[in-house]
This record gives sequence, C-alpha cells and structure tokens, in this order.
Amino acid sequence: MTMPTDPRSRVPPVPPAPAPAPAAMVHPVTPPNPGAAADDAGAAAQRQLAQLAARSRHWQRTRRLTFGLLAVWFAASFCSVFFARELAALSLFGWPLSFYLAAQGAALIYLAIVGAYAAGMRRVDRRYGRELQQQFGPATGPEPGMSARGETP
Amino acid sequence: MSTARARFARLARHYLYFTGCFGAFLLALTLLEKDGMPRVWIGYLFMFATIVLYAVIGVLSRTSNVSEYYVAGRRVPALFNGMATAADWISAASFISLAGGLYLHGFDGLAYIMGWTGGYCLVALLIAPYLRKFAQYTIPDFLAARYAGGSGGRGNPVRLMAVGATIIVSFTYVVAQIYAVGLIASRFTGVDFSVGIFLGLASILVCSFLGGMRAITWTQVAQYIIIMVAFLIPTMWLSAKHVGNPLPQVAYGAVLPKLAAREAQLASDPKELAVRAIFTERAEAYAQRIRALPASWEAGRREVLGELDAVRLRAGSLIDIRATERRVAAYPATASEAAKLWSDQQAANLARALPPEPHATPFPGPDREQSDSRRNNFLALVFCLMLGTAALPHILMRSYTTPSVRETRVSVFWTLFFILLVYLTIPALAVLVKYDIYTHLVGSDFSHLPNWVSYWASVDKLNPLIAIADINHDGIVQLAEIAIDGDVLVLATPEIGGLPYVISGLVAAGALAAALSTADGLLLAISNALSHDIYYKVVDPAASTQKRVTISKLLLLAVAFIAAYAASQKPADILSLVGAAFSLAGSALFPALVMGVFWKRANHAGALAGMVSGFGVCIYYMLHTNPVLGGSVASQWFHIAPISAGVFGVPAGMAVLVAVSLMTRAPDAHSTSFIDHIRAPE
Repeated sequence: MTMPTDPRSRVPPVPPAPAPAPAAMVHPVTPPNPGAAADDAGAAAQRQLAQLAARSRHWQRTRRLTFGLLAVWFAASFCSVFFARELAALSLFGWPLSFYLAAQGAALIYLAIVGAYAAGMRRVDRRYGRELQQQFGPATGPEPGMSARGETP
Repeated sequence: MSTARARFARLARHYLYFTGCFGAFLLALTLLEKDGMPRVWIGYLFMFATIVLYAVIGVLSRTSNVSEYYVAGRRVPALFNGMATAADWISAASFISLAGGLYLHGFDGLAYIMGWTGGYCLVALLIAPYLRKFAQYTIPDFLAARYAGGSGGRGNPVRLMAVGATIIVSFTYVVAQIYAVGLIASRFTGVDFSVGIFLGLASILVCSFLGGMRAITWTQVAQYIIIMVAFLIPTMWLSAKHVGNPLPQVAYGAVLPKLAAREAQLASDPKELAVRAIFTERAEAYAQRIRALPASWEAGRREVLGELDAVRLRAGSLIDIRATERRVAAYPATASEAAKLWSDQQAANLARALPPEPHATPFPGPDREQSDSRRNNFLALVFCLMLGTAALPHILMRSYTTPSVRETRVSVFWTLFFILLVYLTIPALAVLVKYDIYTHLVGSDFSHLPNWVSYWASVDKLNPLIAIADINHDGIVQLAEIAIDGDVLVLATPEIGGLPYVISGLVAAGALAAALSTADGLLLAISNALSHDIYYKVVDPAASTQKRVTISKLLLLAVAFIAAYAASQKPADILSLVGAAFSLAGSALFPALVMGVFWKRANHAGALAGMVSGFGVCIYYMLHTNPVLGGSVASQWFHIAPISAGVFGVPAGMAVLVAVSLMTRAPDAHSTSFIDHIRAPE
C-alpha cells in the first residue's frame, strides 16, 4: 500500500541536527550511545535515518488501523441508516434489522471498534517501541527532566 | 507496575464497600417504608444522603497541587477513568429525557443513541491518545502548542478562540444541568425550584472547589454507580413483569411485534378515530379564527370581558372570579399575538389528531420525499452529535488523567462500555413503557386510573407531565386522549412496574447524580479554560503554582454562581440551545483537533480561519432557521433542522482550514517535531 502522503517522502535526505525541540516534548533524535563518539558521522546519520524509518512505519501502521476501523464506523452508522427502509424487512432474533442496528447494534459495533483499536495499537506500539529501543537504546523512553508520567515540572 | 496494581485493588475495594453500603441503605429504607415512613421523608433522605456523600468524597480528596487539581495527578486507572467519564457524559438529558424521546419519536429518537455512542469511536481513534501523549492540561493547550503562531509564536490567537468555544459550549450545557437539578429537587421533595438549585450548587462546589479534577473523578465514580443502579433496577423489574426476563436489553425484542400489532389496532379503532375527529374540529375552529383576524380577536376579547362582568354582577364565588380573571389575563393582548398563539394551538390540535406512528418503522411519511427528508435529518443529526461528542472539552479533558497513552485508549473503551450499560437499556425501557401504556392504560376506565397517573399529573402544575382528559365523554381512556411529557417515563417507571416508593427515590437520586456529575465536569472545564489558558498562559505566565490553583478555585466559584443564577431565571432560549451545543463544538473544534494530528501541513492561520468559519457558519445557520432565535423554517438548506447546523459548519471549517493552510507558509520545524512526538509510540 503506497500512500501519497507517505511521511518518508518528506524526510530530508540528510536530516539536520535535531531541531530545537520544544522543551520536554520531543525525544532527542541523536542516540546517546557512548559508542557513537567512535563512529563516523555517516554511521550516525544512517542510524538516524533508520530511526525515522521505524517511526514512519509505526505511523503508517497506526494510520492503516485507524482508517480501517473508521470505515467500519462509517458503514455501521451512516450506511445502515441510509438503507434503513430497505433493511427493515429483514429481521434479527425478532427485531426488524434496521431498528436493532440503530438501537443497539451500531453501539455494540462501536464498542468493538474501540476495543479493537486499543488492542491493535497496543501491539503496534509494543512492536515498534521495542524496535526503536533495541536499535537506539533508551532514547525513546522518557527523557531526563520528565517524570515517568510525562509530567513537566 | 505493582504500585499501580495495589492502587487499583485499593480503589476497587473502596468502591465495592461503597456499593455494599449503598445497597444496605436501600434495604433499610425499604424496611422503613414498610413501617410507614412518609414518602416525602424518603425523598429528603435520598437527596441529602447523596449530597452529603459527594461532599465527603470532595473533602477527602481536597488538594492544592496543580497536577492533582487539573488532571488528578495523571494516575486514574483506565477502568475508573472510564466510569468517571461515563458519569461525566450521562447528563440529566440522557437519564431523564432520552427514554421519553424514544417513546415520543420512535425510530427518529434513535439518532441520539447512535450519535452519543458513535462519537466515542472518533474520540478513541482520532483525538484522545494524542492528547494524552501531549500530556498538558486543557484542550486549548493542545491547540495552542500544535498551532504555535501569533505574537511570540505562542499560539495565543488559537488558544483564545478555543477558550471562547469551550466557554460557550460548556456554559449552555451547565445551565441546563443546574436547571435539571432544580427540577428534580422540586419534583421529588417539594422544595422550591430555586432552593433546589442552590442545594445542588452547594454539592457541586464542595466537591470541585476543594479538589478540582481529583475530587470530581472520585465523586463521579460513586455517581456512576448510583446512576447505573437507579436506571437498571426499575427497568429490569418492568421487563421481568412484562416478558418474564429480567434482561430488558434482550427481552424487549419479544414485545416489539406485540406493540406493532397493538399500534395497528389503535390506528383504526373507531373510538380513537372519534377522538381524533374532535381534535381536527378544534384545529379547524382555530383556523377559522385566524382567518377572521382581527375581528375574531375583538369578538373573543369582548366575550371574555363580558363573562368577567357577568360573574361579578351575579356575585359569583371568589374562585369563579379568579378563574375568569386568569382567562382575561391569558387572552392575547394584540391581534398579532393572537395569530401566533392560535396557530400554535392549531398545530398542537392537529398533531394530536394524527394516528400513532409505528414505533420501529424507519422514517414513515406520506410520500417518498418526506420520508427522505426525515432520513436526511436523522443522518445529519447523527453526524453532528458524533462530531460534537468528539469535541466536547469536558470529555476530552479526561484523556489527560490516565497514567499512560495505552491506558487512555483502554479508558475510552471502558467509558463506552459503561455508557452502553445505560444506553442499551433506554430503547428497551421506551418500548416496555409504551407497551404498558398502550395495553393497560388505554382502554381502562376513567374512574380507575392507575395511581402513578394521578400522582404525576399533579406534580408540575404549569407543564403537567401527563394529562388525560375524557375528550369524547365515553368514560374510557383512548390513546389520543393522553398527552404525555417524555420526562415522566423514567420518573414513573418504578410505579408503573409496581415497585415501592423507595425505588422512585432511588431514580431521583440517580437523576440528581447524572445532572451533578455532568455539571461538575463542565464547571471545571470552564474554570480551567479561564484560569489556566487565559490567566496563566496569556495574562501572567510568571504566576506561581499556588496562585494558579487559587485563581482557578475562585473562578470556579464565580462561574458556578453565574450559571446557577442563569438557571434560576428558567431561560427557555438557553435550554432549547443545549442540543445546538454539539453542532457548535463540532464545527469550532473538531477540524482543528483532528487535522492537527493527521495533517502536518495544517498551520496557525489555517486553524484560526477554520475555527472562525466553522463556528460562524454554524451560528449563521442557527440564527436563520431556528424560530426561537428569530429565524424561519423556510430558509433551511436541504430541509435540515437547525439543531444539525454542524452538518454545514464542520465541512466549512475543514475546507477553510485546508485552503488557508495551503495558501500560507508551512508550519516550522518546531510544529513538525511536535507532531512527530505525539504520533510516536510511548
């Protein structure tokens, strides 16, 4: 699946030194790996590119999950109502289908969507969180100056 | 991790104890009622016991710490945050009026069920996790950080616009909640309406004034438990009585075909037809008087004045004279006033002359065009309610209070779960009560009306909740003779089901909890917008944390009193605008919130223009089409009702945001790295 707005295409070929990040909001992009001093500048840049790629893959997965579930949401809410008169002839356990969908069915589908999103994102976050951590050390964890809860002092 | 688990276990234990105590309290009251405790005492006890309970929780969780005050220290476990958000969400309208709306409007009313649940998909997927990752305090905070710009690059113009939208939306909403508190208190305990308002206000203040978000959260969890118990017990009882199955959400499917058969029978019943013919005649009489204006107004005026003279001349009883005087006072003062009053009454009579609409049939209408128009309005309303839900500041504010982004996502799941416990029951309650009224009340003898009818008919003299008059003088109740206000449905369910009065008191306590919990959250949203976003971020960025919390508390107090004062004036125009708050919130905030996360190119100018134009289009449409605001039905676009103005406002805001963003400079590296941060995994 190629997206026209793939964030990778907007990544500059050689990323500049980490942008002046808003205090306590953006994780430093440079790995604070002590061995980095020995590497040459090209390797550091490559590592940075790899991290950006991992982040953009994470975002792509997030987006795919989000828009997939939104399609289900749209069908459950708007298509079911648009064709309500046609669906009224069908019945589900004694309810006319369109009435059941509007009264309870759609709401249960919404609950399933929110549950699937929470579970799906947990997997995606865990996978890419681990990937980013393995490659780049604890850079993706909370940075110094932030408490574990992301609190700014 | 283990401390979090221990904390969760401790909270769960506390609330289990609480539920147990509440059950014991109910049981004790049931026994007392059996021993002959008067009804009014039960009403008082419920009201004061619950208000004292909320106050105690408020006092126990008092705080002056900024993070505790604004976001409950960000350590509310997902399950409890979900419960608190559900209580925040379930307002007096959901608790009391929604079931009545479904009773009166059948399929059309389901738009509220769909809209008010489907919005949580948008909250969960598009907004809440990103707000939590951002980890600040308010919604304007988020917009200002994302759309940094304006003087000094602090995003102040966007912040002020967001604050304005927050205040307008939340204020109309909070006035309606406080109004409901007064109504519930006066209906159940007989205290004066304004006394009820100030009692409710005291309970809101003790809780949110002392402990901000922290106190509100723990109170709301307790309130949710009361709301759920109060809603489910009577409905389950009614369901067990009618269907023999105590799960109303499942059982009412069996009642639906029986209800449809009864509706068809009533639609062509000769006695029903006779009553409807009388209403048609009355409407026709009003039409004739309107045609004969202004002569008919003169004649009518002379007639009532003549009657007054006659009563005085024959020295009638004082009651007769007073009654005639009231009729003279109520007579329209001018011919144009008469035209308005009479056409209202003509419409009311015509409405009662219509046969009952089948409950489960989608969009019934005489022809395809009208049926389509109803469908389009349904879709538009669902759209506005969903996008409005996803932009209500007092709900979104709650995504800041969980320990992590992951917990925020889970918390939205629990929120929807707890809302559905109540919302899935509402359509069932509407069908069950409708069936009861159609089969038991209709066809019964006027001399043997059930107790609940006479009780609720006399509670509110000005706007009777239920009125039955023997129109065709046959001594038997016809469906067309019943005029019912939707609110009575939930209030009278315990008595319709034949439950003791304690359960009615419980329902009142539940309704009170629903109104108070929502009012708490809204007041905090308003005062945080004022203290954090205006005072701290714009006026005095150097303010100490102590000062910020103090200012916030003072502002909360001020806002609460203004809202209570507004509610005590019974402002019909504000109350009719509550539904419109969703359209306004969606049009003003939704495009900026969602594009801020999903479109990197969106910039300060675009967001500002989008918010202004979305809000503007929405207001413009309402002013031009809502008769209450001086508009006219004729100027509607595509026959869309004014409550769904957001169906034009949101796309307008979205389009302007995109267009203006593309025409102006792309956001700087600062904004881009901000977006990368909120999108990144934890």
